Formats: sequence, C-alpha cells, structure tokens
Amino acid sequence: MRRPELPVLIGNPLQILLLACSFALAGYAGVRLLDGAWFEIALWFVGAAVVHDLVLVPLYGAADQTLLRTFEAADRRTWIPYIRVPAALSLLLLLVWFPLITGRVTHRYTGATGHPPADFATRWLLLTAALFGASAMVFAIGPWRSGGGRREGSGRGRPG
Amino acid sequence: MARSPFSPSFWRSPLRGPWLTSVLGVVLLGGITVLFVTGLVSYAAYNPDLSPVNDKTPDKGVLGFYLFSWPTDPHWLYRLNQGVHVTLGITLIPVLLAKLWSVVPRLFTLPPARSLAHALERLSLLLLVGGALFEFVTGVLNVQLDYIFPGSFYTLHFYGAWVFIAAFVAHAVLKTPMALRNLRQLREEQNDLIAPNPAEPTVSRRGALWFVGGGSLLLFGTTVGQNFDGPLRRTALLAPHGGAEPGSGPGGFQINKTAAYAGIRDADTSEEAWRLVVVGANGHTVRLTRADLLAMPHHSAALPIACVEGWSTSDQWWRGVRLRDLAALVGHDEDPPDVLVESLQQRGAFRRAALRANQVADPRSLLALAVNGEDLTPDHGYPARIIVPAAPGVLNTKWVARLTFGDL
Repeated sequence: MRRPELPVLIGNPLQILLLACSFALAGYAGVRLLDGAWFEIALWFVGAAVVHDLVLVPLYGAADQTLLRTFEAADRRTWIPYIRVPAALSLLLLLVWFPLITGRVTHRYTGATGHPPADFATRWLLLTAALFGASAMVFAIGPWRSGGGRREGSGRGRPG
Repeated sequence: MARSPFSPSFWRSPLRGPWLTSVLGVVLLGGITVLFVTGLVSYAAYNPDLSPVNDKTPDKGVLGFYLFSWPTDPHWLYRLNQGVHVTLGITLIPVLLAKLWSVVPRLFTLPPARSLAHALERLSLLLLVGGALFEFVTGVLNVQLDYIFPGSFYTLHFYGAWVFIAAFVAHAVLKTPMALRNLRQLREEQNDLIAPNPAEPTVSRRGALWFVGGGSLLLFGTTVGQNFDGPLRRTALLAPHGGAEPGSGPGGFQINKTAAYAGIRDADTSEEAWRLVVVGANGHTVRLTRADLLAMPHHSAALPIACVEGWSTSDQWWRGVRLRDLAALVGHDEDPPDVLVESLQQRGAFRRAALRANQVADPRSLLALAVNGEDLTPDHGYPARIIVPAAPGVLNTKWVARLTFGDL
C-alpha cells in the first residue's frame, strides 16, 4: 500500500493554527486551574469525560436495551415510550438533584438556609408518580383519540 | 451485531445522524454563549479588581481584561444575570447529554488520528467534553451546597470556564458551518454518525427532540420559581431555594447563611456589646451604638437579595442609614470613597468585602437596621447589614462590625 502524502498526514493548516491558538488559551487558564490540588482537579476534569462516555452512556444504553427487549418479547413494542419517557425524566431529575434527593447535604442545607428539613426525596417520588401518571393517561386516551383503533402494530414514529 | 464499539456496526440507533447532532449543537452554541457571558458578568459583579478580599482568583492575569466598575443600576441587574446563568445552565443539561450521546461513536474512531490536524482536534475534544461536564458538575454541586470538588468553587468554575471556552470556540468555528448546512438541507448527507446497520426505530428524530425538550422544560419548570416569591417559589419543587419561605412575617424571606451557621452569638450582637466602628481615610474613627445609628437620618430602599447560586427574592423594603452619610461622619463629606466592610462572622469566604465608591455614593446603598417595617432578624444580619443595589448577595455583608472608608 502506498504511503499517504505528507500534506495528507498534516491536514488542514488553518485548523492546526486555530487549535494551537485554542490550546494556548486553555494552557494559560489550565495552569491556573491546576494551581492547588492539581492531580485531583485534573482527575475531575478528565474523569468527568471518562465517567460520562464509558460508564453513564453504556449504563443508560443497556437499561434502554433491556426495556426494549422485554417489551419486544411480550410483543408490546408500542408501549415502550410510555415507560421510557417518564422513567428517563425521573432519572434525569435524580441525576441533577442527587445531593438534595439523597439527603447527603441535608445537615448543611438546613443549617445554612434556615429552611425546614425539606424532604426532597418525597418531592422527587411525587414528581415521578406524576410523570408515570401522565404517561398512563396519554396511553389510556390514545386509542380513543385515534378513533378506537388497535394500538398494536408498527412504531408510531416515522424514522427521520 | 458487532461486539466492539470500534466497529461502526456496533452503533445501531437510527436516531444518530448529522441532522440531530446539528440541531443540538446549534442550541448549545446559543445557550453556552449566554452561559459564558453571564458567567463573566457575574465575575465582574464581585469587583475582583477592587480589593484582594473580593478576589478569589488573584492569578487571573489577562483573563480579567474586561473587568469594569460594577454599576448600581438597574437594581435587579445581578438578580437577572445570575437567575439566567443558573436556570439556563440547569435547563441545558438534557441538551448537553443528548448532544454527547449523539456523537459518542466518534470516541471510538479508528484509526485514532488520520492526520496531525485530526489528532489535535481529538485532543481538543477532551478539553471540550471534560470542560463542559466539569463546569456543569461544579455548578450543579455548588448550588446544592455539596462542596466535594477539589478546591474553591470560584477558582475551579472560573478557570475551568476559560479552559472550556477555548476548546468550545475552536469547536464552534470548525463545526458551525457544517451544522448550518446540515440544517438547511432537507436531505441528509451520508455521515459516519449514521448507523450502517440501524435497528428498527422506536421513536422518530423529531420525537427524540421533543423528549430532550421535555427534559429541559421539566428542569426549568422545577427550578425557575426560586427566583420569585410566594406561590411561584413553591413551584420550584427540587431547586434548593424553592418551596416555602423560611419562616413568616417581615423577615420571612430567603436566607443564604443563618446566624447560627455563621457562628454569630447573641452575646456579640446585644445592645451592650455591639459597636459599629467607622474609620475614615485620615484615621478619624467613631464608635456607634445601635441607638446612635437609630438617631441618624434614615432612608428606605426597595432592593432584592440575589445569590450567586441562582436564587433571589423580590424587592424587600430596607430601612437604615446611607453609607455616604456614614462616610461623611468620618470626614468624607464630598465624593465618598471605597469602603472595606467587616462582619462579626469569624469565618467564611466573604466575611470581609469591599464596595466601590460608586456603590457607596448611591443613595439606595444602606447600612440597614430594619426590613419590611421591623428590626432585622438575626438571620438577616441584626444588628446591621449592608444592602447595595445590584450587588451580589455575599457583598451585602450581614452582622457588620466595622467600616473602613478610603481608596482601596
């Protein structure tokens, strides 16, 4: 096989210049960012990307696949969105408000803000219940809206 | 099905493709630009170039190039800026997650680099993705008072933002033209993001976008209320300063740090013990009791409390002595100078804070003794607190013990 030409190996020179400029600014801010517990800070920075790409994405991907297979096995493919949407939204709320919902900051939170010990876990569960409830309602009125047609069949959505 | 993520046929979602990635990318281009600008504005609001006590990032160098004297008008400026910064940041989380999901197959591209330019671009993506997640994670943890990140929030979030934005601008310059082309064309180009062996779809691409938008709407709807009072605050079901107000009556509005949390003892704030020390530039010093302050001319100002954490109150009716009248008391009759404010608080990042001359001169800038018609409560800074229009919450020092006027 013929070796690629040198210009091909280098790539777009404008892109290289732009990225060099970007790295210079990132370096300037980066040495200041790392001034302190540099190893831990770098670990948080790189770790955030690694944990997201190699743990979080495969994890929710696998959960979704499990859901898909379960409903396909039961021949109820069209039911999937009614579970997937409320479940994902509920997990999104849990992900964002994890410290408050799990109560790991309750002591500091109530001490600092003077708020009565708020039960964020209960609020999250109620929101989750509301999400699944709303989904169930949409599911129930679905056949009525489409003129009593049967729900079984191919996916509702047209692939874009 | 391919077992290795390095094989293109491993990725089977029929949703991935240039159109979806481009839509999400354009939303983030706008959203993150607003986040960055409001972040810079918030940084300037602390007047970090005024005094070391306001500056958590003394090594900033050229990164503080744009700093300006923070104005006092409009009085809701910081409230609006910080409400937008935090609320928008939380709202964009689903968009960021969806965008990263849509391009995750590219992480496993083989060969790892086709050229020097491509290798540099991939290295830059580490700063882009790591930086974005670092900024969102530190922000989300800080507003929940979960200080597990390795260092001061101000330092990490500020320098992290600059590392991130360096990679973000390069990425935007390289990708925006293509994203706009993808959106204009009705037909989708062939692209490495499109699964060569797609699974049967369970949802359309538009459906997926509605789903992401729904997630954003849910987060927005359960957060934005913490910037308003009464019934609206109760709609912020999961936001840290949502729900009911802490207590009732004139002092029943949001508190950043309670007196107990700040270590303020009743013995230090009693009529007998507490004295306000006011020092002028020429060394002229007066010691005032609370009764002395009550005997001075009092003025009113309707001003909010707005916190860096992205919550705020509506305007409260503060009453107290003008800061410029206190400056006049120690010899600064004309053109009041800057002031260094010190709290009774023994610890805490902003127990000492500096205000600039323009803030001192504003007739609405008060050493407040009362709020909403009653004496301040201990949690709102009894015996006396600073209240300045448009200033970030922590610069409105509570439990004030000493004011030192003079150019800082």
